[in-house]
Amino acid sequence: MSNMLDIKKITPKNITDKELFYGHKACAGCGGSLAVRLALKVLGERTYAALPAGCMSAVGFIYPQMAFKNNAIITPFPGVASMAAGIEAGAKALGIEDYKTVAFAGDGGTADIGFQALSGMIDRDDNVLYICYDNEAYMNTGIQKSGLTPFGTKTTTTPAGKNLPGSITHKKNLFEIIAAHDIKYAATASIGYPQDFINKVNKAKHIKGATFIHVYASCPTGWGTPTHTSVEIAKEAVDCGLFYLAEYENGEFKLNKNPKEFASAAEYLKKQGRFKHMTEENINEVVAQRDMKWERMRRKWL
Amino acid sequence: MEQNIFISGDEAVAHGVRLSRPNVIAAYPITPQTITVERLSDMVENGDLKAEYMHVESEHSAICATMGASAVGARTFTASSSQGLLYMTEGLHYCSGGRYPVVMMNANRSVALPWSIYGDHRDSLSLLDCGWIQVYVEDAQEALDMTIQAFKIAEHKDVLTPMMVNLDGFILTHTYEMVSIPEQDKVDAFLPPFQTENKMCFDNPKNMAFSSQPDDNTEFKYQQNEAMFNAVKVLKQTNKEFAQSFGRDYGDMVEEYRCDDADAILVTLGSVTGTVRVVVDKMRAEGKKVGLLKIRYMRPFPEKEIIATAKKVKAIGVIDKDISFGYEGTVFTNVNSALAKANSTVLKKNYIGGLGGRDITKNEIENMFNELLTGKLKKDGEHVEFFNLKVAIDE
Repeated sequence: MSNMLDIKKITPKNITDKELFYGHKACAGCGGSLAVRLALKVLGERTYAALPAGCMSAVGFIYPQMAFKNNAIITPFPGVASMAAGIEAGAKALGIEDYKTVAFAGDGGTADIGFQALSGMIDRDDNVLYICYDNEAYMNTGIQKSGLTPFGTKTTTTPAGKNLPGSITHKKNLFEIIAAHDIKYAATASIGYPQDFINKVNKAKHIKGATFIHVYASCPTGWGTPTHTSVEIAKEAVDCGLFYLAEYENGEFKLNKNPKEFASAAEYLKKQGRFKHMTEENINEVVAQRDMKWERMRRKWL
Repeated sequence: MEQNIFISGDEAVAHGVRLSRPNVIAAYPITPQTITVERLSDMVENGDLKAEYMHVESEHSAICATMGASAVGARTFTASSSQGLLYMTEGLHYCSGGRYPVVMMNANRSVALPWSIYGDHRDSLSLLDCGWIQVYVEDAQEALDMTIQAFKIAEHKDVLTPMMVNLDGFILTHTYEMVSIPEQDKVDAFLPPFQTENKMCFDNPKNMAFSSQPDDNTEFKYQQNEAMFNAVKVLKQTNKEFAQSFGRDYGDMVEEYRCDDADAILVTLGSVTGTVRVVVDKMRAEGKKVGLLKIRYMRPFPEKEIIATAKKVKAIGVIDKDISFGYEGTVFTNVNSALAKANSTVLKKNYIGGLGGRDITKNEIENMFNELLTGKLKKDGEHVEFFNLKVAIDE
């Protein structure tokens, strides 16, 4: 591992103007495409990118219009981590040098169908950076519940009605599950805190071995939010404590942001079509879950 | 000098892989393929084979990893069987569509349910349409030789199609034979390193495995189909070159054995061929005009060769260690389709058996020949028979 202190911080001033993910057909205000675009600016042209079936592959690789200026490949839905690992093994065996392999997958492609391959990739410590852009449902297929869909979300497979409040399960604890593999580096991030995100990508870029970043990425289409508020809403998710910025490194957890007071979770929820139906009781449950999680994180990680 | 050693079919494949110098191997263990991956692991450990050996957590990941490595221009190998092969299915289609020339050894094994670790051909035959070249071998030597040839055929620029080398579980994978191990220098001369334009590289970045619209999709599939037909010429040429270098000639798509003046022949796939050969010799000695047509390649399918052989004979029996439920054996369906196109009036019969590892005996084979030699079916109109069936059949 290189000395992290030597890595120059990436700022709005020194980040490249070059675009590597450009001309795709993502929806207006797409948070996932912003995450991919920013990450590739950091990783650079000598990058192999692997993306499973999902939004970013659907909008980026429509023959003959290819949106990645770097090498990129769509993988089978459950196989982004294993195909990225194979790319890495092939490049290594052929003696190719000075490059990075990155996987970009959504929440379903990561926490559900792609999880087995991801676990294997981390177990083998393959030299791959895995970035999960989390928009909290299967958006490409039309907003269905995934393992990272939060409690109370209205999706097309968790309708909210008289009997159910939308999704009745809470988000899988993905970051800690990944950390439990004793991975070299894992982090959470949000497109609402882009500088934090790109510097985490930069850190992972310089680590040899498996690394993982879970980035919160809004989806106006699936969330029922205006297209111009994507960055703002992803920031609010962190500010109200429903998402958090953290790192796992050298066996230690670190909270990057530990607000003294949370912004209003109710306000964050009420802005979004997917949560509009929530009752006070539902919201109280979300807040109680949040407080329990933060109590635990603060107790264990600080 | 070629060295002769006493090894199993699985080990023969491992030697074939070693001699082919793959860059990346990714495999998940499954009986009866395991000895191959164990030997390959030994070879990587002791330095006989310089390759990245990936301990993937599933067969799905094995095929994804080999495709990923192939996508940067690496020579790749994987091995599986039965349930594992089925678990790869999505990747098998993906791999052929992406034109990644991965080579795989498949230890032919029955498919659950009921569970059985023993051999038949349901696993690979049920995946006949996944776009892979499929070759079936008769013995351990052919398994080794075809593993080497497979890389040359699959990686040919006019083919770029993955290839599956099938050998019967246990009957071939776990029995020991004297096998001649080719010299590395000669294999290197026969099989140079993999070169392809179909890869991601930094001089000329590519976006691969993309999606297509209705306006383009058919053209991609057409080219994939053409590549499979191109393989016919390439595999024949490869066999010829192999025979020149190593002195072993396997024929090409099929091998005819004593068919020229035969009245009745049996069509076989895999290891049962050896048993049928023995029966043919015995019955020939008794003056009975019988012969054998060994199908080597199921895809591309040897349509012309089968028609040519059928023209010489009066009756054809097809042994299938397989049943496509609700119809007949898959080999029979394919053979019958070829015959129908040629308006052949030859007598045809499908013998289904050897499922889940049951032996096919010389007696049973002789009975098949005797029925075919009568020139009519035992029961009128019954073209498909499960032989050696131990349940009562309503008459």
